[in-house]
Amino acid sequence: MQVELAHYLLLGAVLFGIGAMGVLTRKNLIIILMSVELMLNSVNLSFIALARHAADQEAQVIVFFVLCVAAAEVAVGLAILISVWRKRGSMNVDAMSALKG
Amino acid sequence: MGLETILFLLLAVGAVLTALLVVTSPSPIGSALYLVGTMFCLAGLYVLLSAPFLAAIQIIVYAGAIIVLLLFVIMLLNLRRIEEVLPKTWRVAGLVVSGLILFTMFLAIVRGSSVLPAMPDVPTGFGKVSELGKILFTKYLYAFEATSVLLLAAMIGAVALVRKDGKEGGKDAS
Repeated sequence: MQVELAHYLLLGAVLFGIGAMGVLTRKNLIIILMSVELMLNSVNLSFIALARHAADQEAQVIVFFVLCVAAAEVAVGLAILISVWRKRGSMNVDAMSALKG
Repeated sequence: MGLETILFLLLAVGAVLTALLVVTSPSPIGSALYLVGTMFCLAGLYVLLSAPFLAAIQIIVYAGAIIVLLLFVIMLLNLRRIEEVLPKTWRVAGLVVSGLILFTMFLAIVRGSSVLPAMPDVPTGFGKVSELGKILFTKYLYAFEATSVLLLAAMIGAVALVRKDGKEGGKDAS
C-alpha cells in the first residue's frame, strides 16, 4: 500500500467529522472550543497534504495564517468563557440564553 | 509496506483515537490532554508531508501555548466532570448531522481520488523555514502584517472582556 493524497484527505475528513460531532453533541463550552480546534487542525492537515501534492509551498503559508487565527480565537474565546463563568457560574451553553436563542 | 506507510497508519490511528477521546471524555482536563496527543500525531503527519517548519509550529503553538492556556483556565475555574443534560433526541440529531458531513466528504474524496495523479517529488528545502520565510515576507507581506494587528486586537479584546468594572463586577468582585 502506497500512501496517497486521498488517504490524508480522508483522515482530515474523519477528524473534521469528529470535531463536528463534539460541537453538536457536547454542552460544555470548553469542550466545544477544543472541538473547534480539532476541526481547524483537520483543515490544516488537508492544506498541507495538498501542498505536498502540488509541490507548492503557498498552501503551507496559509496554514501558518490559520494557526495565527486559531491562537487569536482561543484567546478571545477563553476570555468570553471566563466572563460567562463569572456572570452565570456555569460552563453550560444553555446558561447563555440572554438572546433567547 | 514501506516505513512511510507504517508511520502514516500509526499516526492516523493515534490521531483518530485521541480525537474521539477528546469529544467523549467526561472531564475537561482529560479532553485537553488527549488533544495534546492529537496535536503530536498531526505534527508527525506534517513531517511525513515534508512540512517540518509547520510541524514545529504545531507543537510549539498548540501543545505549548493553546493547550496550556486551556488547562490553565480549566484549573483556574476548578472544572470537574460536567453535568451533561443534553436531551437524547438532540444528541442523536448531532450525531446524524456530523455523520452526514463525514459521508459527504468521504464520497467527494473517493470519487475525486481516481483522477488525481501520483504525488510528485518535492524540491530540496521544501517546507523549510527559509523557503516559507521568503514567501511570507514577499508575496504575503501585507497579510503577515495584518496578522500581527489581529493578534494585537485579540490581546486587547481578551483583556477588555475579563476586566472587572468597579460598578457591576462579577460575584467575586473585590
